[in-house]
Amino acid sequence: MSSGSAGNKSSRNRAAVKIEPYLYMLPALFILGFIYLYPVVQVVHFSFLDLRSWPGDFIGLENFRIVLKDPRFYQSMLHNFELLLTIPVMVVIALIIAVLLHEEVWGWKFYRSLLLIPYVVPIVAIGIAMSHFFKLHGGLNQLLELIGLKSFQRQWLGHPTWSLFSVAVIIIWREIGFGTVLFLARLGSMPPEILEAARIDGAGWWRRLWCIVVPELTTVIEFFVIINIIAMLSQIFPYVFVMTGGGPGYSTWVSELYIYKQAFQFNKMGASAVVAVVLLIITITFIVLSFRFREKLSEQYE
Amino acid sequence: MSRRKRKGDIGALLFRGFTQGIKQALLVLMAFSTIYPVYYVLVNSFKTRVAYAQSQISLPREVVLYNFVQVFNAPNFLRWFANTVLLAAGAVLVTLVTGSLAAYALGRMKFVGRRLLHNFIISLMVVPPIVMMIPLFVLMSRFGLVNTYPAVIIIYAGMLLPFSIYLLRSFFITIPQAMLDSARVDGCGSFGILRRILVPLSKPVMFALLVVCTLWVWNELLIALIFMQREHLRTIMVGLTLLKGRFSVNVPLLMAGMSTAIVPMIVLYVFCQKYLVRGLVAGSLKE
Repeated sequence: MSSGSAGNKSSRNRAAVKIEPYLYMLPALFILGFIYLYPVVQVVHFSFLDLRSWPGDFIGLENFRIVLKDPRFYQSMLHNFELLLTIPVMVVIALIIAVLLHEEVWGWKFYRSLLLIPYVVPIVAIGIAMSHFFKLHGGLNQLLELIGLKSFQRQWLGHPTWSLFSVAVIIIWREIGFGTVLFLARLGSMPPEILEAARIDGAGWWRRLWCIVVPELTTVIEFFVIINIIAMLSQIFPYVFVMTGGGPGYSTWVSELYIYKQAFQFNKMGASAVVAVVLLIITITFIVLSFRFREKLSEQYE
Repeated sequence: MSRRKRKGDIGALLFRGFTQGIKQALLVLMAFSTIYPVYYVLVNSFKTRVAYAQSQISLPREVVLYNFVQVFNAPNFLRWFANTVLLAAGAVLVTLVTGSLAAYALGRMKFVGRRLLHNFIISLMVVPPIVMMIPLFVLMSRFGLVNTYPAVIIIYAGMLLPFSIYLLRSFFITIPQAMLDSARVDGCGSFGILRRILVPLSKPVMFALLVVCTLWVWNELLIALIFMQREHLRTIMVGLTLLKGRFSVNVPLLMAGMSTAIVPMIVLYVFCQKYLVRGLVAGSLKE
């Protein structure tokens, strides 16, 4: 639209051209300002207020003091960071599956069609079902007995040692397909000669994976890792909410659950806002990073 | 793909068969673990309570539909479905309209601050929703908008917009300028170009977006939990958490409830797989 017409337009029209883009942006910007900008500014403000009564008195750093003295806060954050361990697991498995499918191993079309099934299944539905699957007399322990691994039976969700691990298994189950699809798409855009040449030169499967596929896919892997770091730190609420509700004890509390419970169950908005601010600061760091990788990634697809 | 091995080289053939076997085994394991949880939910929703108590992993000896009948008759259950559909339709509509307007400006017009706005919108994609919930809830309750459809639709649209603008813009910029110029010569205004050229051309992207957004709304829990508190206004996901508490002793019935929430998405996936994959991949990379 910019370079379209010649210079014989009236000045009225030129003025219209300048304001026009902003008019097109306006509805979206209004919604985004209302849903993101206002709340983000306000949540920082809230963290300094005593919100038991509206509009709330300024109490300085009192909310921060309360949160920093709360052992549940540290536990919640720790669990978020522990969940980061799912990322290398996902990357390795997704890479192997993507490469196998890229090699067109027999039945690959069928296998490929299954990849995103976990991704479309509602977390809530599968989470509630799995909370029964993981029970002491649940499906998993029955399966273990069936294949002769009775000694591995345990309280998967009911014991603090295993509860976060069991939640992590379901997180991996659901999120891994996205990675595989991403890697597979990148493999597809790679010139096939590279792998073929390596094969002719006698490079084995693992060697090709490590020396060719991984370097070629570095950017997309980095992107997947960053996206998942953000997800593990700040977007896993539904998993813990439906599978354990945070229990047993506080063994599966995460920062989001802390924010939710403090604000909407214990009516401690101030403490809740403090943790929201902490979460915001952490994710902004990774937003900047994710942005850099997205740009790098786009360049590779030119 | 297949580089021919020398005939008669039995050792190499055997080795090849062996590695193929391992690869196949890995994929079978992947397929099994992918499907099993879904199979588990479905199979147990056709069992009687007695059969469920005997074994959760075997196939039902007799298939009963009783659980489904009961769950559909549970108070408000159908209403929850209707609420979800309504919210999804509203949010997707608002997102597509405001999103294409913004993407058009960002992709096809030159103006001061374009790059800044673009980067700002993209970075919103990864802001955790929980951060916004407290101020939004306080604001909505002051205006009496908690437990209303428009409030949730606008929040959902806000969550979906950054991704949608990104996706639409990256498609809009691939359309040749010559096409837009000739439309302009034929008398199209700037809105006409969007409506007559860009939108019809981007039908596949719009559809991919429709699928991804519908899926997202269907699966969303946190916002619905906070902003739709009355029982008859719940979405299906929040409703399921309610069923969980209510039927904790009748697990097959609960499983039937889960199945009814899972099956529509699997059906959507089967029919729209191509669009879903395109939407997800293009949402992270430029196509």
